[in-house]
Amino acid sequence: MEIKPSGIRKFFDIAAEMDDVISLGVGEPDFQTPWHIRQAGIKSLQDGKTKYTSNRGIMELRKAVSDYMKEQISCEYDPATEVLISVGGSEAIDGAVRAIVGRGDEVLIVEPSFVCYEPIVKLAGGVPVIISTKAENEFRLTANELKSHITDRTKLLILPYPGNPTGAIMEQKDLEDIAEVLRETDIAVISDEIYSELTYTGQKHVSIASLDGMQERTVVINGFSKTYSMTGWRLGFACGPAPILQQMTKIHQFAIMSAPTTSQYAAIEALKNGRPDIEAMVEEYDMRRRLIVDGFNALGLDCFEPKGAFYAFPSIKSTGLSSEEFCERLLYSKKVAIVPGNAFGESGEGHVRASYCYSVNHIKEALHRIGEFLEEIKNEDKG
Amino acid sequence: MNIKLLKLLSKNARYTVHELSVMSGISEDEVVTEVSAMEKEGLIRGYKAVIDWERLDSAKVSAIIELKVEPQPDVGFEQIAEEVKKYSEVESVYLMSGGYDLCVIVKGKTFQEVAMFVAKQLAPMKYVVSTATHFILRRYKELDIELIGDAKDDREKISF
Repeated sequence: MEIKPSGIRKFFDIAAEMDDVISLGVGEPDFQTPWHIRQAGIKSLQDGKTKYTSNRGIMELRKAVSDYMKEQISCEYDPATEVLISVGGSEAIDGAVRAIVGRGDEVLIVEPSFVCYEPIVKLAGGVPVIISTKAENEFRLTANELKSHITDRTKLLILPYPGNPTGAIMEQKDLEDIAEVLRETDIAVISDEIYSELTYTGQKHVSIASLDGMQERTVVINGFSKTYSMTGWRLGFACGPAPILQQMTKIHQFAIMSAPTTSQYAAIEALKNGRPDIEAMVEEYDMRRRLIVDGFNALGLDCFEPKGAFYAFPSIKSTGLSSEEFCERLLYSKKVAIVPGNAFGESGEGHVRASYCYSVNHIKEALHRIGEFLEEIKNEDKG
Repeated sequence: MNIKLLKLLSKNARYTVHELSVMSGISEDEVVTEVSAMEKEGLIRGYKAVIDWERLDSAKVSAIIELKVEPQPDVGFEQIAEEVKKYSEVESVYLMSGGYDLCVIVKGKTFQEVAMFVAKQLAPMKYVVSTATHFILRRYKELDIELIGDAKDDREKISF
Protein backbone atom coordinates (compact mmCIF):
# COMPACT_ATOMS: atom_id res chain seq x y z
CA MET A 1 0.00 0.00 0.00
CA GLU A 2 1.18 3.46 -0.73
CA ILE A 3 1.05 6.24 1.82
CA LYS A 4 2.29 9.49 0.36
CA PRO A 5 4.94 11.08 2.54
CA SER A 6 3.53 14.48 3.18
CA GLY A 7 4.83 16.46 0.17
CA ILE A 8 5.19 19.49 2.31
CA ARG A 9 7.86 17.93 4.50
CA LYS A 10 10.72 19.42 2.51
CA PHE A 11 9.29 22.90 2.90
CA PHE A 12 8.85 22.34 6.64
CA ASP A 13 12.47 21.27 6.96
CA ILE A 14 13.71 24.41 5.24
CA ALA A 15 11.58 26.58 7.52
CA ALA A 16 12.70 24.69 10.62
CA GLU A 17 16.35 25.38 9.91
CA MET A 18 16.00 29.02 9.01
CA ASP A 19 16.75 31.62 11.69
CA ASP A 20 14.51 34.59 12.52
CA VAL A 21 11.51 33.09 10.81
CA ILE A 22 8.20 34.77 11.58
CA SER A 23 5.82 31.87 11.48
CA LEU A 24 2.07 31.78 11.06
CA GLY A 25 2.47 28.10 10.43
CA VAL A 26 1.43 26.18 13.48
CA GLY A 27 -1.72 24.23 14.18
CA GLU A 28 -1.68 24.64 17.92
CA PRO A 29 -2.56 27.36 20.44
CA ASP A 30 0.07 29.76 21.76
CA PHE A 31 -1.55 29.90 25.20
CA GLN A 32 -0.06 27.82 27.96
CA THR A 33 -2.31 25.18 29.45
CA PRO A 34 -4.15 27.10 32.20
CA TRP A 35 -2.25 26.82 35.48
CA HIS A 36 -5.01 25.13 37.50
CA ILE A 37 -5.13 22.35 34.89
CA ARG A 38 -1.35 21.90 35.00
CA GLN A 39 -1.56 21.83 38.78
CA ALA A 40 -4.12 19.04 38.66
CA GLY A 41 -1.65 17.04 36.55
CA ILE A 42 1.16 17.79 39.00
CA LYS A 43 -1.01 16.85 41.96
CA SER A 44 -1.89 13.51 40.39
CA LEU A 45 1.84 12.77 40.16
CA GLN A 46 2.37 13.83 43.77
CA ASP A 47 -0.47 11.55 44.78
CA GLY A 48 1.23 8.70 43.00
CA LYS A 49 -1.30 8.29 40.20
CA THR A 50 1.30 6.74 37.97
CA LYS A 51 -0.35 3.52 36.81
CA TYR A 52 -2.42 2.44 33.80
CA THR A 53 -6.02 3.49 33.92
CA SER A 54 -8.98 1.48 32.69
CA ASN A 55 -8.69 0.94 28.91
CA ARG A 56 -11.54 3.29 28.20
CA GLY A 57 -10.15 5.96 30.56
CA ILE A 58 -10.80 6.95 34.18
CA MET A 59 -14.52 6.66 34.95
CA GLU A 60 -14.64 10.11 36.52
CA LEU A 61 -13.27 11.60 33.31
CA ARG A 62 -15.67 9.63 31.12
CA LYS A 63 -18.53 10.87 33.26
CA ALA A 64 -17.26 14.43 32.94
CA VAL A 65 -17.03 13.98 29.15
CA SER A 66 -20.55 12.61 29.07
CA ASP A 67 -21.85 15.62 31.06
CA TYR A 68 -19.91 17.94 28.79
CA MET A 69 -21.42 16.43 25.64
CA LYS A 70 -24.90 16.68 27.07
CA GLU A 71 -24.36 20.32 27.85
CA GLN A 72 -22.61 21.24 24.60
CA ILE A 73 -24.39 19.21 21.91
CA SER A 74 -27.44 17.87 23.79
CA CYS A 75 -26.51 14.22 23.20
CA GLU A 76 -26.48 11.65 25.97
CA TYR A 77 -23.67 9.11 26.09
CA ASP A 78 -23.33 6.29 28.59
CA PRO A 79 -19.89 6.73 30.19
CA ALA A 80 -19.60 2.95 30.61
CA THR A 81 -20.03 1.97 26.96
CA GLU A 82 -20.22 5.03 24.73
CA VAL A 83 -17.17 7.09 25.71
CA LEU A 84 -13.50 6.35 25.01
CA ILE A 85 -10.58 8.46 26.17
CA SER A 86 -7.88 8.46 23.48
CA VAL A 87 -4.37 9.71 22.85
CA GLY A 88 -5.38 12.96 21.20
CA GLY A 89 -8.19 13.33 18.71
CA SER A 90 -5.99 11.66 16.09
CA GLU A 91 -5.95 8.26 17.75
CA ALA A 92 -9.72 8.37 18.10
CA ILE A 93 -10.08 9.18 14.38
CA ASP A 94 -7.80 6.27 13.49
CA GLY A 95 -9.65 3.91 15.81
CA ALA A 96 -13.07 4.97 14.57
CA VAL A 97 -12.06 4.52 10.91
CA ARG A 98 -10.60 1.08 11.60
CA ALA A 99 -13.67 0.05 13.57
CA ILE A 100 -16.08 1.11 10.84
CA VAL A 101 -14.27 0.57 7.54
CA GLY A 102 -13.64 -2.80 5.91
CA ARG A 103 -11.51 -3.62 2.86
CA GLY A 104 -12.79 -1.84 -0.24
CA ASP A 105 -15.32 0.33 1.59
CA GLU A 106 -15.54 3.85 0.26
CA VAL A 107 -14.99 6.71 2.67
CA LEU A 108 -16.07 10.25 1.85
CA ILE A 109 -13.47 12.80 2.87
CA VAL A 110 -14.35 16.47 2.76
CA GLU A 111 -11.45 18.64 1.59
CA PRO A 112 -9.57 20.90 2.12
CA SER A 113 -9.08 19.30 5.50
CA PHE A 114 -6.62 18.00 8.06
CA VAL A 115 -4.00 15.77 6.46
CA CYS A 116 -4.56 12.54 8.36
CA TYR A 117 -7.91 11.30 7.05
CA GLU A 118 -6.79 9.93 3.70
CA PRO A 119 -3.77 7.95 4.95
CA ILE A 120 -5.77 6.57 7.88
CA VAL A 121 -8.52 5.38 5.54
CA LYS A 122 -5.94 3.74 3.28
CA LEU A 123 -4.28 2.00 6.23
CA ALA A 124 -7.67 0.60 7.19
CA GLY A 125 -8.05 -0.85 3.67
CA GLY A 126 -10.69 1.68 2.70
CA VAL A 127 -10.94 3.69 -0.50
CA PRO A 128 -10.82 7.46 0.03
CA VAL A 129 -13.32 9.40 -2.06
CA ILE A 130 -12.59 13.09 -1.96
CA ILE A 131 -15.33 15.70 -1.92
CA SER A 132 -13.85 19.09 -2.75
CA THR A 133 -15.65 22.01 -1.16
CA LYS A 134 -15.52 25.52 -2.58
CA ALA A 135 -14.56 28.94 -1.32
CA GLU A 136 -17.78 30.42 -2.77
CA ASN A 137 -19.74 28.09 -0.47
CA GLU A 138 -17.48 29.09 2.42
CA PHE A 139 -16.07 25.56 2.23
CA ARG A 140 -19.28 24.03 3.57
CA LEU A 141 -20.34 20.61 2.41
CA THR A 142 -23.56 20.85 0.38
CA ALA A 143 -26.20 18.15 0.03
CA ASN A 144 -25.61 17.96 -3.73
CA GLU A 145 -21.88 17.53 -3.37
CA LEU A 146 -22.52 14.77 -0.87
CA LYS A 147 -25.16 13.00 -2.98
CA SER A 148 -23.07 13.01 -6.11
CA HIS A 149 -20.26 11.09 -4.37
CA ILE A 150 -22.36 8.39 -2.73
CA THR A 151 -22.22 4.90 -4.27
CA ASP A 152 -23.49 1.56 -2.98
CA ARG A 153 -20.03 1.00 -1.51
CA THR A 154 -19.99 4.17 0.55
CA LYS A 155 -19.55 3.26 4.19
CA LEU A 156 -18.51 6.41 5.98
CA LEU A 157 -18.47 10.20 5.81
CA ILE A 158 -15.79 12.12 7.69
CA LEU A 159 -17.07 15.56 8.59
CA PRO A 160 -14.38 18.02 9.71
CA TYR A 161 -16.09 21.14 11.09
CA PRO A 162 -15.07 23.66 12.36
CA GLY A 163 -12.37 23.09 9.79
CA ASN A 164 -8.63 23.11 9.59
CA PRO A 165 -7.31 24.76 7.34
CA THR A 166 -10.32 26.80 6.23
CA GLY A 167 -11.95 27.91 9.48
CA ALA A 168 -15.28 26.94 7.89
CA ILE A 169 -18.22 25.89 10.04
CA MET A 170 -21.48 24.10 9.33
CA GLU A 171 -24.51 25.74 10.86
CA GLN A 172 -27.67 23.93 11.90
CA LYS A 173 -29.41 24.39 8.54
CA ASP A 174 -26.35 23.17 6.60
CA LEU A 175 -26.20 20.05 8.75
CA GLU A 176 -29.95 19.44 8.37
CA ASP A 177 -29.43 19.18 4.59
CA ILE A 178 -26.63 16.67 5.07
CA ALA A 179 -28.62 14.65 7.62
CA GLU A 180 -31.54 14.46 5.21
CA VAL A 181 -29.33 12.82 2.59
CA LEU A 182 -27.76 10.45 5.12
CA ARG A 183 -31.08 9.28 6.56
CA GLU A 184 -31.80 7.55 3.24
CA THR A 185 -28.59 5.54 3.58
CA ASP A 186 -26.63 3.37 6.02
CA ILE A 187 -23.63 5.64 5.90
CA ALA A 188 -21.87 6.18 9.22
CA VAL A 189 -20.36 9.54 10.19
CA ILE A 190 -17.17 10.49 11.97
CA SER A 191 -17.59 14.08 13.05
CA ASP A 192 -14.23 15.57 13.94
CA GLU A 193 -15.22 18.39 16.25
CA ILE A 194 -11.84 19.12 17.80
CA TYR A 195 -12.34 22.89 17.21
CA SER A 196 -15.94 22.90 18.47
CA GLU A 197 -15.30 25.44 21.22
CA LEU A 198 -13.64 27.86 18.84
CA THR A 199 -16.47 29.50 16.93
CA TYR A 200 -17.02 33.22 16.50
CA THR A 201 -20.60 33.68 15.35
CA GLY A 202 -22.02 34.08 18.83
CA GLN A 203 -23.84 30.77 18.27
CA LYS A 204 -22.72 27.56 19.91
CA HIS A 205 -21.24 24.86 17.67
CA VAL A 206 -23.85 22.39 16.37
CA SER A 207 -22.99 18.71 16.05
CA ILE A 208 -24.54 16.53 13.38
CA ALA A 209 -25.01 13.93 16.14
CA SER A 210 -27.65 16.16 17.72
CA LEU A 211 -29.92 15.93 14.66
CA ASP A 212 -32.73 13.45 14.29
CA GLY A 213 -31.55 9.91 13.55
CA MET A 214 -27.88 10.89 13.52
CA GLN A 215 -26.51 10.04 16.98
CA GLU A 216 -26.89 6.30 16.37
CA ARG A 217 -24.66 6.46 13.27
CA THR A 218 -22.17 9.11 14.36
CA VAL A 219 -18.90 8.95 16.25
CA VAL A 220 -18.07 12.40 17.58
CA ILE A 221 -14.36 13.08 18.04
CA ASN A 222 -13.21 15.84 20.32
CA GLY A 223 -10.34 16.50 22.68
CA PHE A 224 -8.46 18.81 24.97
CA SER A 225 -5.70 20.06 22.67
CA LYS A 226 -7.39 23.05 21.11
CA THR A 227 -10.07 23.72 23.72
CA TYR A 228 -7.74 23.96 26.68
CA SER A 229 -4.41 24.49 24.94
CA MET A 230 -3.25 21.00 25.84
CA THR A 231 -1.67 19.72 22.60
CA GLY A 232 1.34 18.18 24.31
CA TRP A 233 -0.78 16.26 26.83
CA ARG A 234 -2.07 14.08 23.99
CA LEU A 235 -5.62 13.58 25.11
CA GLY A 236 -8.85 13.31 23.16
CA PHE A 237 -12.07 11.36 23.24
CA ALA A 238 -14.69 9.68 21.13
CA CYS A 239 -18.41 9.39 21.85
CA GLY A 240 -20.69 7.19 19.80
CA PRO A 241 -22.82 4.07 19.55
CA ALA A 242 -21.76 1.28 21.92
CA PRO A 243 -21.05 -1.35 19.21
CA ILE A 244 -18.60 0.93 17.39
CA LEU A 245 -17.05 2.15 20.64
CA GLN A 246 -16.59 -1.46 21.70
CA GLN A 247 -14.55 -2.18 18.57
CA MET A 248 -12.60 1.04 19.03
CA THR A 249 -11.87 0.08 22.61
CA LYS A 250 -10.44 -3.26 21.47
CA ILE A 251 -8.08 -1.56 19.03
CA HIS A 252 -7.17 1.05 21.64
CA GLN A 253 -6.58 -1.63 24.26
CA PHE A 254 -4.09 -3.52 22.10
CA ALA A 255 -2.35 -0.56 20.48
CA ILE A 256 -2.30 1.95 23.32
CA MET A 257 -3.49 0.26 26.54
CA SER A 258 -4.74 3.49 28.09
CA ALA A 259 -4.30 7.22 27.53
CA PRO A 260 -1.68 9.01 29.67
CA THR A 261 -2.79 8.96 33.29
CA THR A 262 -1.43 12.39 34.24
CA SER A 263 -3.23 13.94 31.29
CA GLN A 264 -6.49 12.29 32.27
CA TYR A 265 -6.39 13.80 35.75
CA ALA A 266 -5.58 17.20 34.31
CA ALA A 267 -8.48 16.79 31.89
CA ILE A 268 -10.96 16.20 34.71
CA GLU A 269 -9.98 19.58 36.13
CA ALA A 270 -10.23 21.13 32.66
CA LEU A 271 -13.79 19.92 32.15
CA LYS A 272 -14.87 20.87 35.65
CA ASN A 273 -13.35 24.33 35.96
CA GLY A 274 -12.03 25.35 32.55
CA ARG A 275 -15.01 27.25 31.16
CA PRO A 276 -13.63 30.74 31.99
CA ASP A 277 -10.33 29.82 30.30
CA ILE A 278 -12.13 28.87 27.11
CA GLU A 279 -14.07 32.11 27.11
CA ALA A 280 -10.93 34.19 27.57
CA MET A 281 -9.12 32.35 24.77
CA VAL A 282 -12.04 32.62 22.37
CA GLU A 283 -12.25 36.34 22.98
CA GLU A 284 -8.56 36.73 22.25
CA TYR A 285 -8.69 34.52 19.12
CA ASP A 286 -11.67 36.44 17.83
CA MET A 287 -9.80 39.72 18.08
CA ARG A 288 -6.81 38.32 16.22
CA ARG A 289 -9.08 36.68 13.66
CA ARG A 290 -10.64 40.00 12.78
CA LEU A 291 -7.22 41.59 12.57
CA ILE A 292 -5.68 38.98 10.28
CA VAL A 293 -8.71 38.73 7.96
CA ASP A 294 -8.80 42.50 7.62
CA GLY A 295 -5.05 42.45 7.01
CA PHE A 296 -5.21 39.93 4.16
CA ASN A 297 -8.15 41.65 2.52
CA ALA A 298 -6.34 44.99 2.73
CA LEU A 299 -3.35 43.40 0.99
CA GLY A 300 -5.62 42.25 -1.83
CA LEU A 301 -5.54 38.59 -0.82
CA ASP A 302 -9.23 37.70 -0.72
CA CYS A 303 -10.06 36.09 2.57
CA PHE A 304 -13.52 34.73 3.30
CA GLU A 305 -14.52 35.07 6.93
CA PRO A 306 -13.44 32.01 8.89
CA LYS A 307 -16.04 31.46 11.59
CA GLY A 308 -14.28 28.74 13.53
CA ALA A 309 -10.92 27.18 14.48
CA PHE A 310 -7.87 29.49 14.40
CA TYR A 311 -6.89 29.79 10.77
CA ALA A 312 -7.37 32.22 7.93
CA PHE A 313 -7.34 30.73 4.44
CA PRO A 314 -6.85 33.60 2.01
CA SER A 315 -6.74 33.16 -1.76
CA ILE A 316 -3.43 33.96 -3.43
CA LYS A 317 -4.75 33.42 -6.96
CA SER A 318 -4.35 37.13 -7.78
CA THR A 319 -0.56 36.72 -7.58
CA GLY A 320 -0.48 34.12 -10.37
CA LEU A 321 1.68 31.88 -8.19
CA SER A 322 0.84 28.38 -7.05
CA SER A 323 0.34 27.88 -3.32
CA GLU A 324 3.70 26.18 -2.97
CA GLU A 325 5.55 28.78 -5.03
CA PHE A 326 3.97 31.54 -2.99
CA CYS A 327 4.92 29.99 0.35
CA GLU A 328 8.42 29.00 -0.69
CA ARG A 329 9.25 32.41 -2.12
CA LEU A 330 7.70 34.17 0.85
CA LEU A 331 9.83 32.07 3.17
CA TYR A 332 13.07 32.78 1.31
CA SER A 333 12.38 36.41 0.62
CA LYS A 334 10.74 37.58 3.86
CA LYS A 335 11.22 34.68 6.25
CA VAL A 336 7.52 34.27 6.85
CA ALA A 337 6.31 30.70 7.20
CA ILE A 338 2.75 29.81 6.21
CA VAL A 339 1.35 26.57 4.84
CA PRO A 340 0.41 26.05 1.15
CA GLY A 341 -3.29 25.27 0.82
CA ASN A 342 -2.72 22.24 -1.40
CA ALA A 343 -1.16 20.45 1.58
CA PHE A 344 -4.78 19.95 2.67
CA GLY A 345 -6.01 18.52 -0.61
CA GLU A 346 -6.07 19.65 -4.22
CA SER A 347 -9.02 21.92 -3.58
CA GLY A 348 -6.80 23.96 -1.28
CA GLU A 349 -4.67 25.03 -4.25
CA GLY A 350 -4.71 28.78 -4.73
CA HIS A 351 -4.96 29.36 -1.00
CA VAL A 352 -2.57 29.53 1.93
CA ARG A 353 -3.20 28.75 5.57
CA ALA A 354 -2.20 31.34 8.16
CA SER A 355 -2.71 30.50 11.80
CA TYR A 356 -3.52 33.29 14.23
CA CYS A 357 -2.22 31.46 17.28
CA TYR A 358 0.24 34.30 17.73
CA SER A 359 0.40 37.63 19.51
CA VAL A 360 -1.09 40.67 17.80
CA ASN A 361 2.36 42.19 17.27
CA HIS A 362 3.61 38.99 15.70
CA ILE A 363 0.64 38.86 13.33
CA LYS A 364 1.11 42.51 12.40
CA GLU A 365 4.78 41.97 11.61
CA ALA A 366 3.98 38.92 9.47
CA LEU A 367 1.29 40.82 7.55
CA HIS A 368 3.71 43.68 7.02
CA ARG A 369 6.29 41.34 5.51
CA ILE A 370 3.69 39.64 3.33
CA GLY A 371 2.77 43.11 2.08
CA GLU A 372 6.40 43.78 1.16
CA PHE A 373 6.55 40.44 -0.61
CA LEU A 374 3.47 41.26 -2.68
CA GLU A 375 5.09 44.56 -3.74
CA GLU A 376 8.19 42.65 -4.73
CA ILE A 377 6.17 40.32 -6.98
CA LYS A 378 4.31 43.24 -8.55
CA ASN A 379 7.53 45.02 -9.38
CA GLU A 380 8.96 41.88 -10.96
CA ASP A 381 5.96 41.66 -13.24
CA LYS A 382 6.54 45.24 -14.36
CA GLY A 383 10.25 44.66 -14.88
CA MET B 1 -18.97 53.05 27.68
CA ASN B 2 -17.59 50.13 25.70
CA ILE B 3 -16.08 47.13 27.46
CA LYS B 4 -14.51 45.70 24.30
CA LEU B 5 -12.58 48.89 23.66
CA LEU B 6 -11.55 49.15 27.29
CA LYS B 7 -10.21 45.59 27.25
CA LEU B 8 -8.23 46.25 24.08
CA LEU B 9 -6.83 49.52 25.38
CA SER B 10 -5.92 47.96 28.70
CA LYS B 11 -3.80 45.47 26.76
CA ASN B 12 -2.22 47.99 24.46
CA ALA B 13 -3.05 51.68 24.54
CA ARG B 14 -1.18 52.24 21.28
CA TYR B 15 -3.53 50.34 18.97
CA THR B 16 -4.50 52.60 16.09
CA VAL B 17 -8.11 53.58 15.56
CA HIS B 18 -8.22 51.22 12.58
CA GLU B 19 -6.88 48.32 14.63
CA LEU B 20 -9.30 49.00 17.46
CA SER B 21 -12.13 49.14 14.96
CA VAL B 22 -11.19 45.87 13.25
CA MET B 23 -10.55 43.93 16.43
CA SER B 24 -13.69 45.11 18.23
CA GLY B 25 -16.02 45.10 15.24
CA ILE B 26 -16.99 48.75 15.94
CA SER B 27 -16.74 51.36 13.18
CA GLU B 28 -13.76 53.73 13.20
CA ASP B 29 -15.97 56.76 13.78
CA GLU B 30 -17.59 55.09 16.73
CA VAL B 31 -14.19 54.14 18.17
CA VAL B 32 -13.10 57.76 18.09
CA THR B 33 -16.34 58.97 19.68
CA GLU B 34 -16.40 56.24 22.31
CA VAL B 35 -12.80 56.66 23.36
CA SER B 36 -13.00 60.41 23.68
CA ALA B 37 -16.28 60.09 25.61
CA MET B 38 -14.66 57.63 28.01
CA GLU B 39 -11.75 60.01 28.44
CA LYS B 40 -14.09 62.92 29.17
CA GLU B 41 -16.15 60.90 31.62
CA GLY B 42 -12.93 60.07 33.42
CA LEU B 43 -13.38 56.37 32.84
CA ILE B 44 -10.05 56.31 31.01
CA ARG B 45 -7.66 58.18 33.29
CA GLY B 46 -4.50 58.11 31.22
CA TYR B 47 -2.07 56.15 29.04
CA LYS B 48 1.44 55.16 30.05
CA ALA B 49 4.27 52.94 28.88
CA VAL B 50 5.40 50.05 31.07
CA ILE B 51 9.14 50.57 31.34
CA ASP B 52 11.79 48.26 32.68
CA TRP B 53 13.79 50.92 34.51
CA GLU B 54 16.25 48.35 35.79
CA ARG B 55 17.84 48.24 32.35
CA LEU B 56 19.03 51.82 32.82
CA ASP B 57 22.05 52.90 34.84
CA SER B 58 20.05 55.66 36.45
CA ALA B 59 17.70 53.07 37.92
CA LYS B 60 14.92 54.19 40.17
CA VAL B 61 13.91 52.59 43.42
CA SER B 62 10.45 52.08 44.77
CA ALA B 63 9.08 51.00 48.09
CA ILE B 64 5.75 49.92 49.40
CA ILE B 65 4.96 51.76 52.62
CA GLU B 66 2.43 50.37 55.02
CA LEU B 67 0.75 53.22 56.81
CA LYS B 68 -1.27 52.78 59.97
CA VAL B 69 -3.58 55.72 60.43
CA GLU B 70 -6.03 56.89 63.02
CA PRO B 71 -9.29 57.39 61.18
CA GLN B 72 -10.99 60.75 61.69
CA PRO B 73 -14.62 61.36 62.54
CA ASP B 74 -16.79 61.92 59.43
CA VAL B 75 -13.95 61.76 56.88
CA GLY B 76 -12.43 58.40 57.90
CA PHE B 77 -9.23 57.85 55.91
CA GLU B 78 -10.13 60.17 53.05
CA GLN B 79 -8.45 63.29 54.36
CA ILE B 80 -5.12 61.65 55.07
CA ALA B 81 -5.20 59.84 51.73
CA GLU B 82 -5.81 63.17 50.01
CA GLU B 83 -2.77 64.63 51.71
CA VAL B 84 -0.52 61.68 51.02
CA LYS B 85 -1.33 61.60 47.31
CA LYS B 86 -0.21 65.23 46.83
CA TYR B 87 3.48 64.36 47.05
CA SER B 88 5.12 63.85 43.68
CA GLU B 89 7.19 61.04 45.21
CA VAL B 90 4.00 59.07 45.74
CA GLU B 91 3.11 56.88 42.82
CA SER B 92 0.06 55.07 44.22
CA VAL B 93 -2.14 55.18 47.30
CA TYR B 94 -4.59 52.45 48.22
CA LEU B 95 -6.91 51.96 51.17
CA MET B 96 -6.36 48.44 52.45
CA SER B 97 -8.17 45.80 54.40
CA GLY B 98 -6.22 43.80 56.97
CA GLY B 99 -3.16 44.66 59.01
CA TYR B 100 -2.71 48.29 58.01
CA ASP B 101 -4.69 51.10 56.45
CA LEU B 102 -2.97 52.86 53.58
CA CYS B 103 -0.59 51.28 51.09
CA VAL B 104 1.63 53.92 49.57
CA ILE B 105 4.04 53.27 46.75
CA VAL B 106 6.90 55.73 46.79
CA LYS B 107 9.56 56.18 44.16
CA GLY B 108 12.93 57.87 44.33
CA LYS B 109 16.45 57.86 42.92
CA THR B 110 18.06 55.99 45.80
CA PHE B 111 17.09 53.88 48.80
CA GLN B 112 18.31 56.76 50.96
CA GLU B 113 16.05 59.25 49.24
CA VAL B 114 12.96 57.08 49.66
CA ALA B 115 13.78 56.29 53.28
CA MET B 116 14.26 59.97 54.06
CA PHE B 117 10.98 60.86 52.37
CA VAL B 118 9.18 58.40 54.60
CA ALA B 119 10.97 59.57 57.72
CA LYS B 120 10.57 63.27 57.04
CA GLN B 121 7.24 63.52 55.27
CA LEU B 122 4.98 60.52 55.86
CA ALA B 123 5.88 59.39 59.37
CA PRO B 124 5.42 62.76 61.09
CA MET B 125 2.01 63.41 59.49
CA LYS B 126 -0.79 64.02 61.89
CA TYR B 127 -2.85 60.84 62.56
CA VAL B 128 -0.18 58.56 61.08
CA VAL B 129 0.42 55.98 63.79
CA SER B 130 3.23 53.99 62.21
CA THR B 131 5.00 53.21 58.93
CA ALA B 132 6.77 50.12 57.60
CA THR B 133 8.90 50.45 54.49
CA HIS B 134 9.42 47.54 52.07
CA PHE B 135 11.79 48.20 49.20
CA ILE B 136 11.08 46.56 45.88
CA LEU B 137 14.19 44.62 44.87
CA ARG B 138 13.18 43.14 41.56
CA ARG B 139 10.22 43.46 39.25
CA TYR B 140 9.11 40.25 37.56
CA LYS B 141 5.77 41.32 36.20
CA GLU B 142 3.99 44.66 36.12
CA LEU B 143 0.51 45.45 34.79
CA ASP B 144 0.32 41.99 33.18
CA ILE B 145 3.63 42.51 31.40
CA GLU B 146 6.58 40.24 32.15
CA LEU B 147 9.76 42.19 32.84
CA ILE B 148 12.17 39.30 33.30
CA GLY B 149 13.18 36.94 30.52
CA ASP B 150 11.76 36.72 27.02
CA ALA B 151 8.92 34.28 26.57
CA LYS B 152 10.19 31.68 24.13
CA ASP B 153 7.91 30.05 21.61
CA ASP B 154 8.84 26.40 21.84
CA ARG B 155 6.39 25.24 19.21
CA GLU B 156 7.55 23.87 15.87
CA LYS B 157 7.65 26.54 13.17
CA ILE B 158 5.09 24.69 11.08
CA SER B 159 2.66 21.96 11.98
CA PHE B 160 -0.63 20.74 10.59
